[in-house]
Amino acid sequence: MAESSSDESETTFQLYKDRKEWKDVVPVPQDDGEQPIVAIDYTEQFKDVFDYFRAVLQSGEKSERALELTKDAAALNPANYTVWQYRREILKALNKDLNEEMDFIEKIIVYNQPKNYQVWHHRKVIVEWLQEASKEKYLTETVLAKDAKNYHAWQHRQWIIKTFNLYEGELEYIDSLISDDIRNNSAWNQRYFVVMGTTGFTEEVLDREIDYTLSSIKVVTENESAWNYLRGVLLHDKCGLSRNKKVTDFCQDLYNSGNRSPFLLALIVDMCSEQVSQGNKDPLYNLEMAKTLCKELAEKYDTVRAKYWEYIAETVDKKSNKEDSQVDAEQ
Amino acid sequence: MEKKDIFYPDTVPILLYNKHIEYLKHVSCSSYGNSYDFKSTESIRMSGIYWCLTALDITHSLKEFLQKPANNSDSISEEERIVNFLLQCYNPDGGFGAAVGHDSHMLYTLSAVQILVLLRKLDLVDKHKIARFISTLQQVDGSFAGDNKYSEIDSRFSFCAIACLYLLSLLDAFDLQKHPSSPFGIDTNKAVDFVLKCQNFDGGFGTVPGSESHAGQVYCCIGVLTITRALHKIDTDLLAWWLCERQLPSGRLGGLNGRPEKLPDVCYCWWVLSSLKMLGRLHWINKEALIFYIRACQDPETGGISDRPGDCCDPFHTLFGLAGLQLLGAASELQEINAVFCLPQYVVDAIEEDCCLDQLRAHRDKNAK
Repeated sequence: MAESSSDESETTFQLYKDRKEWKDVVPVPQDDGEQPIVAIDYTEQFKDVFDYFRAVLQSGEKSERALELTKDAAALNPANYTVWQYRREILKALNKDLNEEMDFIEKIIVYNQPKNYQVWHHRKVIVEWLQEASKEKYLTETVLAKDAKNYHAWQHRQWIIKTFNLYEGELEYIDSLISDDIRNNSAWNQRYFVVMGTTGFTEEVLDREIDYTLSSIKVVTENESAWNYLRGVLLHDKCGLSRNKKVTDFCQDLYNSGNRSPFLLALIVDMCSEQVSQGNKDPLYNLEMAKTLCKELAEKYDTVRAKYWEYIAETVDKKSNKEDSQVDAEQ
Repeated sequence: MEKKDIFYPDTVPILLYNKHIEYLKHVSCSSYGNSYDFKSTESIRMSGIYWCLTALDITHSLKEFLQKPANNSDSISEEERIVNFLLQCYNPDGGFGAAVGHDSHMLYTLSAVQILVLLRKLDLVDKHKIARFISTLQQVDGSFAGDNKYSEIDSRFSFCAIACLYLLSLLDAFDLQKHPSSPFGIDTNKAVDFVLKCQNFDGGFGTVPGSESHAGQVYCCIGVLTITRALHKIDTDLLAWWLCERQLPSGRLGGLNGRPEKLPDVCYCWWVLSSLKMLGRLHWINKEALIFYIRACQDPETGGISDRPGDCCDPFHTLFGLAGLQLLGAASELQEINAVFCLPQYVVDAIEEDCCLDQLRAHRDKNAK
């Protein structure tokens, strides 16, 4: 039986209305409240299968043949969530072997519909029923090998890892994906997820992640994901954004080498903003620097976001004035 | 490691206003119902109708369309046909399915309520029953499931729940914080808490806590926070920056993507723009570049708008493209659209929900630039 499923596309589909074993069922046509005035031109197979599905849904039949019918219906329209709901009810009613179901859904996900909400949710439900997650990492890896940013695959993978505590090896996996595509935002997001779910950003881990991210930025400085990740990591630095020596040295070196990546400049601006808010008169990370960089970003390096940079310059200015007036008030 | 890019046309048409009306009328009318495209999208039908009708309304073509006889020969109008369909999708549990015979689902319940509000036919349904259905979908952690059978959790459903209750003018009445001994209701604080947990280190929001930031999810989460007056609980500047980083300048065009390093898509123009509008930061986008992008996605032959230049158009992208242009002030022909509900502003103005109305009005006035 398992072998024949791969041959399905080659055998001729027999319409349900022509099947002897379905003679007892009256098909229910789609009722959109209209009388068609032109010939129906959607495929006959589609109409046939769904007319019979509606009949079975109405009668509440939960048999083997109904289960097969939901398979055909799901294959024709995998986005039809009512088909999947009903299939789950039949699976329960017949107490079916869920491992077979796992094989079935795996084929649909991998070969057919990797970006469909319903098939992934169905997989999740079956895994929950079985309380068996040993195949899930491999499944998501197979899908991610074809599309490394598949949102559903990542979501499923996070659920599996969190629910069944399968964090082991995940950082290595993420690393391999980042090696393939350093700009894979999903992989960078996953890195944060793993650290937060395991060690947390301890001083040691913070240092490790900063090293990792900075070496990645060295390779491609115009990588939004890496810079966002760096900021995310620095959120956990007790000293804040602007006092991590490794990071500040790195940024200065990069800037001095002539690099004007908008992400680099944006981070330096935020470092200035932080210093200004704290009332420090840093020789480098100050209002002057912030305003200069914002101007360069608005006029040259990130012109599409000019309005944003103008706002940031104003904001840092206001913070500076506030600090100055507070100092004046205290004196 | 090459960066992918899209096809850029040599010239960009002006807003093909009349062509879009032609397209929308074609895909909305009853005789279109025989096409394969229509039949095979049955499981999202309710949303399809909402997209079409809203787009028709903002192009000032809804009234005329609704009065047309269905199928050119029947004694009922298109409006009656649509209302009949809607009522057939109204299930005993109080929710709506995507089409006749489909299980109730949060997504299609919102779409149905949006349609009823648009048609001013809310009195045809039991609003409290719908609200009760919604309240049964809230989980212990404050999140919302899509249905009451197999509970898929998604921050989209949080938005559907809150927006729906607001449109039904029952957000206040069903707020357990305000009416703790009510037998039915939602815990708004917990709903907000769950949404806040979906915020990531980059300022964006995902489907569930930990999920990658995604512009569509951002719209839903910001929508919840706007309606519940909880926007002050997030770093709005950080999020607004993440949102304006979605703009991808390429020559004259500057479309928006949904997350870093992905291709631009007209629907993200809506999710990102409306979010920026709610945050009061719409001016952070380069309007001209985005307007060019959306206009480049129009189909000059059939009318309608697609995700990218040169692709096939559909009602979903047509609505969001038009709505985006209106928000950008590039289409004075169009009716004003409300950023929170993606419904015409005049429709939202008529909703009687005092607890939030002032807040939304204040936001609107502040953002009127």
